[in-house]
Amino acid sequence: MDRTIYGFVFRFSKREQVFILLFTVLSLPFYYVSLDIPKLIVNNILNEVTVEYSSGSVSAGVDVAPRSFVLLGYELFDLHRLWLLALYSGLFLLLVLINGGFKYFINVYKGRLGERMLRRLRYQLYSRILRFPLPHFRRVSAGELIPMITQEVEPLGGFIGDALALPMYQGGLLITALIFIFMQDFWMGLASISLYPVQGWIIPKLQKRVNLLGKERVREVRKLSERIAETVHSAEEMHANGMARWELAEFTQRMGRIFEIRFDIYNKKFFIKFLNSILAQMTPFFFYAIGGYFVITGDLSLGGLVAVLTAYKDLPPPWKELLNHYQIQADAGIKYDQVVAQFATPGMRDDNIVFGDAEVPRLEGKLAAVNLKYEEDGDLLIENLTADIPLASHVAVVGDATSGKGHLALVLARLLDSTGGTLRFGDRDASQLGEAATGKQIGFVGATSHLFSARLIDNLLYGIRQKPQAPREAESDAKRRALARYIDEAGKTGNSLDDPDADWIDMESLGIADREALIEAVRHALAIADMENDVYLLGLRGTLDPEARPDAARRLLEARHMLQKRLSEKAYSGLVESFDRSAYNLNATVGENLLFGTPVGDAFDLDQLPQNAYVMEILGKAGLVEDLLSIGHEVAQTMVELFAGLPPDHEYFAQFSFISLDDLPDYQAILRKVERDGLDKLEEADRMKLLALPFKLSPARHRLGLIDEAFQARILEARKAFAENLPEKLRSAVEFFDVDRYNAASSLQDNILFGKLVYGRAQAQSKVGELMSQVIETLNLRSAVVEVGLDFEVGIGGARLSPAQRQKASIARAVLKHPAILILSEATASLDGSSQSTILRNVREEFAGRALIWVMHRPSQARGFDRVLVMANGRLVERGTFDELVEKGSLMNELIAAE
Amino acid sequence: MSLQQDVDLLRNIPLFAKIEPSKLKLLAFTAQRLSFGEGDVICEQGDEGDSAYIIIDGEADVIVATDAGPVTVATLKKNDFLGETAILCDVPRTATVQARTDLETLMISKDLFFQLVSQFPSMSIEIMRELARRVERTTAQLREAVSHSSGHAVTRR
Repeated sequence: MDRTIYGFVFRFSKREQVFILLFTVLSLPFYYVSLDIPKLIVNNILNEVTVEYSSGSVSAGVDVAPRSFVLLGYELFDLHRLWLLALYSGLFLLLVLINGGFKYFINVYKGRLGERMLRRLRYQLYSRILRFPLPHFRRVSAGELIPMITQEVEPLGGFIGDALALPMYQGGLLITALIFIFMQDFWMGLASISLYPVQGWIIPKLQKRVNLLGKERVREVRKLSERIAETVHSAEEMHANGMARWELAEFTQRMGRIFEIRFDIYNKKFFIKFLNSILAQMTPFFFYAIGGYFVITGDLSLGGLVAVLTAYKDLPPPWKELLNHYQIQADAGIKYDQVVAQFATPGMRDDNIVFGDAEVPRLEGKLAAVNLKYEEDGDLLIENLTADIPLASHVAVVGDATSGKGHLALVLARLLDSTGGTLRFGDRDASQLGEAATGKQIGFVGATSHLFSARLIDNLLYGIRQKPQAPREAESDAKRRALARYIDEAGKTGNSLDDPDADWIDMESLGIADREALIEAVRHALAIADMENDVYLLGLRGTLDPEARPDAARRLLEARHMLQKRLSEKAYSGLVESFDRSAYNLNATVGENLLFGTPVGDAFDLDQLPQNAYVMEILGKAGLVEDLLSIGHEVAQTMVELFAGLPPDHEYFAQFSFISLDDLPDYQAILRKVERDGLDKLEEADRMKLLALPFKLSPARHRLGLIDEAFQARILEARKAFAENLPEKLRSAVEFFDVDRYNAASSLQDNILFGKLVYGRAQAQSKVGELMSQVIETLNLRSAVVEVGLDFEVGIGGARLSPAQRQKASIARAVLKHPAILILSEATASLDGSSQSTILRNVREEFAGRALIWVMHRPSQARGFDRVLVMANGRLVERGTFDELVEKGSLMNELIAAE
Repeated sequence: MSLQQDVDLLRNIPLFAKIEPSKLKLLAFTAQRLSFGEGDVICEQGDEGDSAYIIIDGEADVIVATDAGPVTVATLKKNDFLGETAILCDVPRTATVQARTDLETLMISKDLFFQLVSQFPSMSIEIMRELARRVERTTAQLREAVSHSSGHAVTRR
């Protein structure tokens, strides 16, 4: 990157800067003329009127004798006096417009230039992050990098647009105005610039100190954001150790420092302002005094003085802008240096290695390391390691925590650059292989892995999306043009020309052609990583858009019908109460029975039904409101009776009560009011509170005996009325249960089940779950369910998956891309024993004939590998087959014993 | 099956006879009604146990696995308590219980059970009495077994 901001500006915007410059110069003559016109008007047209008035000899008419039209000192033609006034005024207006137009055009032009340069700078900085050597990420935190790329460079964009243009333009204006003033009168000119040296000398000095403080503030704020990021990451530790108080104290200290700096800045900044305005007011003092004197003595025309005053009015803004620009320039220069320094990391990877797209034929032969060394911060972590590994064999690497085995895995995976010796894959020097090649051919999974906040499938396919395969299919010409514009603009700023929305999935490298085969490949990889069933279960809980995938929806309906049939078998009888439009479902709540569908969005949220006006209207028409109120009253009575005596922290509140502990006193108060005045005298808010209760009631579960058959029949009527009268705009807020229609708002399993598990039937869940699996298996639906599971959004860093699932997902990701070499570095250490051995067996089977390098956390698992490397203190100390090494009674034995 | 019916049922069980009505209602509300089909296994010998059951209707066999195969040692009827050993002394289930007919039970979780026992001493006494009766019954059965078996010495552990 360029060392100074001017280097950067000239390298990437030379042409634009020259263009701005030309335009600026071009605009100045117009500006000059616009300054001249007031003088011409006063001197040529008005001046004599004044004289006439002052001499007291005003004639009855106005002197309308023709005058000559003078412009820039040339007498051009004669014109009627009033017309001449009109011409001058019109000309003035025109020049105002022209000057405004120039300003507008230049501003837009340089605004765009600034944005482009900012975009380029951000792109360069970000691409540097991608080139950072991995160990650097231990020294620099996200909290530091983020503000640098986002906020700190922001003002640089504005500055770059102005880098040349502003001094040129404002300087030009200033000089033009000054020339004009000097042309009128030398002494007046001198007077108007008399204080500039003072301003030019003292203000920058003060400003420099403000800038320094500003930089310190930036540093402090950067640290602050780093600190906040740290708090977010260490929330668990903070709470576990009860450190909130200390954290607050520490935060307060940082804020205090920032406050001190800011206060200091304000002090100095406003002093500068004060000084500036005082100095600016001094000059007119000279004008009135000196200029007035010259007019009286006749050395200067009155028009001249007016013009000077007008011109002077224009002096301070450009001067101020110039001073300001000088300050911003100093500031921007330092900021640029600071940011760029943070992104100039020694050991940064070569552009070509990271971004190049040179691919190589499939790696074969053997992996040969000769005197391989890796050093970090002066520690020699791998020492003169020499080894040959045929790329068709399985090698286990064992050793204790300080053996360097983890670093070896990273070096072999080309994630760390070795600091000495050579590493070859077949006939290729590993250090020359670009990431386009290694990313495709080498799979790596470490002990912990990161998932991106996206769907699971996106995460799994992350390893086979190195480059765009096919352009996006634009739906219309307009969209195609928009895309072309987007690419064109990206190219102008040296940004990436790739379209992220294009199809990046490299199916060819997997030897498959269509999406169906891709899903099968993904399932296979998931099965190897012992995660297929997890994704299947996610799929059962997920939803599916029947319009996007009509075939799957149709088959799921088939599954529903098959399950319904099977449920009538004796073994399953009475386990599920199916949805039936004409029957009250005893295992569903009153709210569910009324709605008889799945709410979409918040309108019919089951917990908030009484707040919905339409629901209340239907219930009112059905005459159910009073019944619900009295049921609500009874529920409240029972709950208060049951739970009032329990200690407040009792788990039953959460588990069983309709009323939360916080609300209990409210309901007690409501009950007292009812006892005193009767149910019908209740206030609206209290009525709503009671009304909310019965909606959660389910007869089979709660056994309160409050929902009798007559009530059920009326709810059924209300259900019917609810569906029939549903206004158009609420139509999309509920997806009704319909045995012949796939319910897009319900999960897959709810769609197949189409009913409620009967409460209180032993093992109903497992029996029905088992039956559902059978049905899915019979109808060959498992793949479709898994596909839905793959759409699961994994959350930030994969947080919605368990740590074990995250780890399995990254193993699946590495397996899926079908690498020539798979390197696992204690990748299964965090999994349970049975998963570990399943994955070990599966991966070894899958990689038969391919290279597998497995850094073991438990050396005994190395049994069966073609070869075992034993490391200690960064050196390779033993090698051989598992049996050879164990028999010798060697370090290998010690390691196994220590396991 | 309303809550009130459950409360009445519970009141007829000697174990709960002396508990005040409001607590009994809470018990009925929080305990889960669980029904089993004929032949369903309620608990398996050797499994972890975290709940006890009261039989409300139907019968269940208590089966113990022996070297000679499974032996039915008792049959439980309405109002009988089962599964309490496992939750009282944290051992795996000591026997398998299988529904002989369709079975209605009230399931009481370990937490709820301990809460009740600690709140109502009368319940502890009832449980002790029941356990003592079982020991006495087992001893009687043992005696009978010893007198019937010829030549096989029964040693006490």
